[in-house]
Amino acid sequence: MMTDSEVLPAHDAPAARTAAAARREHVGRLLQHHGALIVLAVLVVVGSVAFDFFATPENAASVVVSSSFLAIIALGMTFVIISGGIDLSVGSLFVLGGVLAAYGSQAGVVVALLLPLAVCGTFGLVQGLIIARTGMAPFIVTLAGLLGVRGLMLALSNEGATTYLVKNPAFAALGQGELFGLTYPVYIAAALALLCMLLLQRTGFGQNVFAIGGNEHAATLMGVPVVRTKVLVYLMSGLLAGLAGALNAARLSSGVTILGIGLELDVIAAVVIGGTLLTGGAGSVTGTVSGVLLLGVIQSLINQIGDLTSSFQQVVSGGFLALVVIAQRLLSKAQRLN
Amino acid sequence: MTDTTTAAPATRVDRTRLFAWLQEYGVYAAVLTLLVLNVLFTPRFLDVANFRTQLVQVTPIVIVSLGMALVIGTQGIDLSVGSVMALSAAMVVLYLGYGVLPALIVALVAGAAVGAAGGSLVAYVGVQPIVATLALLVGVRGLANVLVPQLMEFRNPDLIALGSSSVAGVPIIVVIAAALTLLMAFLVRRTTFGRQVVAIGGNRTASELSGLPVKRVLMTVYMISGALAALAGVLATARLQASDPTSLGLFIELSAITAVVVGGTPLAGGRIRVLSTVMGALLMQLLSATLIKHNLPQSWTQMVQAVIILTAVYVTRERGPR
Amino acid sequence: MGASEEPVLEARQVTKRFPGVVALDGVSFAVLPGEVHALVGENGAGKSTLIKVFTGVYRPDGGELRYQGERVAFGTPLEAQRSGISTIYQEVNLVPMMSVARNLLLGREPRNRLGVIDATRMYAEAEALLAGYGVRTDVRRPLRTLGMGAQQMVALARAISVDARVVIMDEPTSSLEPREVETLFGVIRRLRDDGIAVVYVSHRLDELYQVCDRVTVLRDGRLAHTGPMAGLDRLRLISLMLGRALDEVRTSGATRFSRDHDAEATGAPVMEARSLTSRHVLRDVSVSVRPGEVVGLGGLLGAGRSETAKAILGALPLDSGVVLVAGLPLRRGSTTTAIRAGVSLLPEDRKAEGIIPNLSVRENIVLASLSRLARGGVVSDARVDEVVDAFIRKLRIKASSPHQKVSELSGGNQQKVLLARWLAVRPKVLLLDEPTRGIDVGAKAEVQALIDELADEGLGVLLISSDLEELAEGSDRIIVLREGAVVAELSGADVTEQGIMTSIAHHSPTSGPLAVEPVTRADHSSKAESHD
Repeated sequence: MMTDSEVLPAHDAPAARTAAAARREHVGRLLQHHGALIVLAVLVVVGSVAFDFFATPENAASVVVSSSFLAIIALGMTFVIISGGIDLSVGSLFVLGGVLAAYGSQAGVVVALLLPLAVCGTFGLVQGLIIARTGMAPFIVTLAGLLGVRGLMLALSNEGATTYLVKNPAFAALGQGELFGLTYPVYIAAALALLCMLLLQRTGFGQNVFAIGGNEHAATLMGVPVVRTKVLVYLMSGLLAGLAGALNAARLSSGVTILGIGLELDVIAAVVIGGTLLTGGAGSVTGTVSGVLLLGVIQSLINQIGDLTSSFQQVVSGGFLALVVIAQRLLSKAQRLN
Repeated sequence: MTDTTTAAPATRVDRTRLFAWLQEYGVYAAVLTLLVLNVLFTPRFLDVANFRTQLVQVTPIVIVSLGMALVIGTQGIDLSVGSVMALSAAMVVLYLGYGVLPALIVALVAGAAVGAAGGSLVAYVGVQPIVATLALLVGVRGLANVLVPQLMEFRNPDLIALGSSSVAGVPIIVVIAAALTLLMAFLVRRTTFGRQVVAIGGNRTASELSGLPVKRVLMTVYMISGALAALAGVLATARLQASDPTSLGLFIELSAITAVVVGGTPLAGGRIRVLSTVMGALLMQLLSATLIKHNLPQSWTQMVQAVIILTAVYVTRERGPR
Repeated sequence: MGASEEPVLEARQVTKRFPGVVALDGVSFAVLPGEVHALVGENGAGKSTLIKVFTGVYRPDGGELRYQGERVAFGTPLEAQRSGISTIYQEVNLVPMMSVARNLLLGREPRNRLGVIDATRMYAEAEALLAGYGVRTDVRRPLRTLGMGAQQMVALARAISVDARVVIMDEPTSSLEPREVETLFGVIRRLRDDGIAVVYVSHRLDELYQVCDRVTVLRDGRLAHTGPMAGLDRLRLISLMLGRALDEVRTSGATRFSRDHDAEATGAPVMEARSLTSRHVLRDVSVSVRPGEVVGLGGLLGAGRSETAKAILGALPLDSGVVLVAGLPLRRGSTTTAIRAGVSLLPEDRKAEGIIPNLSVRENIVLASLSRLARGGVVSDARVDEVVDAFIRKLRIKASSPHQKVSELSGGNQQKVLLARWLAVRPKVLLLDEPTRGIDVGAKAEVQALIDELADEGLGVLLISSDLEELAEGSDRIIVLREGAVVAELSGADVTEQGIMTSIAHHSPTSGPLAVEPVTRADHSSKAESHD
């Protein structure tokens, strides 16, 4: 089994393993990086064949439009999770962003955008500082953030009773205006995705995020500014959640206070399904986008299977999430042996 | 080589001691303070009816947090408890036709089964607890909604009695919660299993080298947490006189984690404080009641809660980097 | 060699104290440009502390540090690294999931005109850099998919490419294949020729003689010897490390062992380990212990002594080999069955593998015997108290009460608590890994006396100790390990410090015991699990 390895150069690492092992590992990596994309493609094909309504432009547009808000938040979450953390506050920040945007739209488009970004960004920054400086677990800090932000949102909206309406047409257009049959948020999400891809893969900041999530101790020794990078990651997550909230308020023409409950879980599920390791250190923006679209397509398919309620979606997402983490765990176990 | 770290500067000692005191007695002191303040400043606070309402409201959280304390003691976390409550609410109405007891058993078994799923992911597959139970949180709530899509009322007198009758003026569900608290305290302090749980949370390697059945214990811990959450779901359903899988137990994992953490159980595991956990739940309940009584809205409660969680974790956190 | 006279890195009379220990006591050490300087010593000698002082992890309490002729004080490892002192650790300190190229160039990635990372150039540069170290691999693949040797080379390449003047290597070969070691030595020689100073820490004597120019020996935090490698006799080096003079092997030392150890124990072995083999760790190690016999395991640090003990308990994944207790084979990889069959291990690392710090003395003592002290799953307080009181008295454990937290006790008392834990399960064979390390003299004598007593009561004992005197006087028979294999078995009159040292120094005819190991593991899943 090992006969061919002897004649090869000493440090040619692939040679130390058998062809079968290499193939297995290749398939493993392919699954981890593009698993969501593959399942997405299969589902789209199956959906198109099985349902008349599925493959229509209207349906495709509706999936993409409804996914765009989740996608924007998921981009920030991708960075957080790759850095080895988690951000449970994004659902609350999304709602807060919406309320603030609707409230701020009374004073014009600029305020409507800047107010939620400033407040949500500040929350992200503070959470990042607490996590990076005190070493408290990200999950508990952002859990407190979830509660605190929700409290603030309720306080601003008179315990949820007041729904600020967006009367500024320019701001409403930001969420409702269409180009080639798709609303603006879709283009914004796409542009942000490209930007994040560049940030993650092609900048020092992105490398630092990977290094911290992969091995924080080694990253410190390798000269990575750990505290700064962590703070930036949570700041980014807060900003993106706030932006998504603002855009959503523009789309709905109001700062709805009851949406966004449990949204953080959908976001995390999408990111993990997209192949980002919850233990940190690996992941991709394309995976996250595939994960978000996958959830959207599942939702759309379930809606079209008449007798299935939308709760079935949760069963599928939960099951899929479990499968993905088991697969990730087994893959990492197998790879560690080399 | 010498692995001992340098001694903490003397100025730190006072803070360390203060934190240790806060971790140990902070929750009791806080409950006492709030009680005294309320007696002084809140009209009709000492009303029996008021007390009863507060206790009944906090019961599900107390029961769920008992299981959560056990899980956190092993360095784990169980996010699925709220969904398990929903599932058990669905199960209990679906099987109510066979009588209350069979329905209750089915619900408990379902809860334990969900716990077993999470536990096996954690113990045997090696998935992080937060992820394993997150998947269950999402999936099990969906399953509960699929089983019982809308609010479903029931008229079974036995189940209604379970939720609304009292023994010597104390609601039955409060009695149950109190009994479970004592049982859990006994389990943790006096049984082989309890000591093994604490040891595994305190030093897993040493526990393995000492021959403890680490994986089996972890599995059992999650099953107990699931079963307790299921019981909380049944009791809440009984009180509601309707099964509501859509909203029952929503966010209860946050309240339960809060209760455990505020009670001084460290998230790093190795220590389980059962009575303090109950105190933690009571504290949060008392706090929100106090704020409401003084016309401060719910939003305040949540913001204050956030600050309390952060403080509690900061105080109980392990020294040095994680 | 081209070494100039001015040292590039120097420690002058450096002292470093920790609560209760003086880790470095006025140690001076200097390394010249263009030399490979070996730093050796047994556990607790102060090697790691000295390295940590050099790399900015610790600040010395006394003495001074000079680098390139100037007095320096490094605040952080990063500061030391930026000044040109690179360290390669035993464990590869890189990010396993990132690609080879990204690991190699993290923080120094080539940028294009837009200021973003130029991936094509990055891969090309990484490939070129690695090729210089004899590593030919796809630099796009995650680092962890490379073999340990190649990973170590990546770490080395990264460390050196940041303009290093001094490279400190802390046991770099512990997980390398022999041919990888050769490549590493090639690189080290090239560094030397380029005028870079190399501090080489290793416990493999063969390697030191192969690659080092000078050697410094530390012992118990003090400088024991410094001088050229050539001409230093192997036996003398070992005696310097172990602190035992060759000519004065005392007949009755300071230990408390009193029984007559020359009597050959007879009868069937209570524990027999046959041909334990685990890749990179153990090769064909066989050990047997008879009732009432104390068998010593000798050897230098890293020779596989602790690993042998762990393997017997089932806590080390084995490729092959079998352990029999009272004639019956144990299920492989299960500590529970081993303990139930009567094997107990007092682990070397008290803190990480022994005590449960949050729990009381009482609870720590009964941890392994809980099921025996419980009825229907409920722990019987009366029986626990009985056992705990008996052991606190018998082992003279000093605690304010049985309910005191074990982490508050002294090292010696913690050790006694652990001993009590294992005696409480009434074992047939007791594996003691460094039972007297890090405990005070009084407690040490007590533990030694106890070992005698236990053997007299018919227990089989496997004793691991770096203290040669303790080993020689406490054991009836000694098995000497070197680099994971048995090199000698001493019995009767041969059980002396001199005998142990000679066997350690003895050249084995083969090039190295780990040379012919297969590349794949037989047992796949267990390794990853055991390190969780």
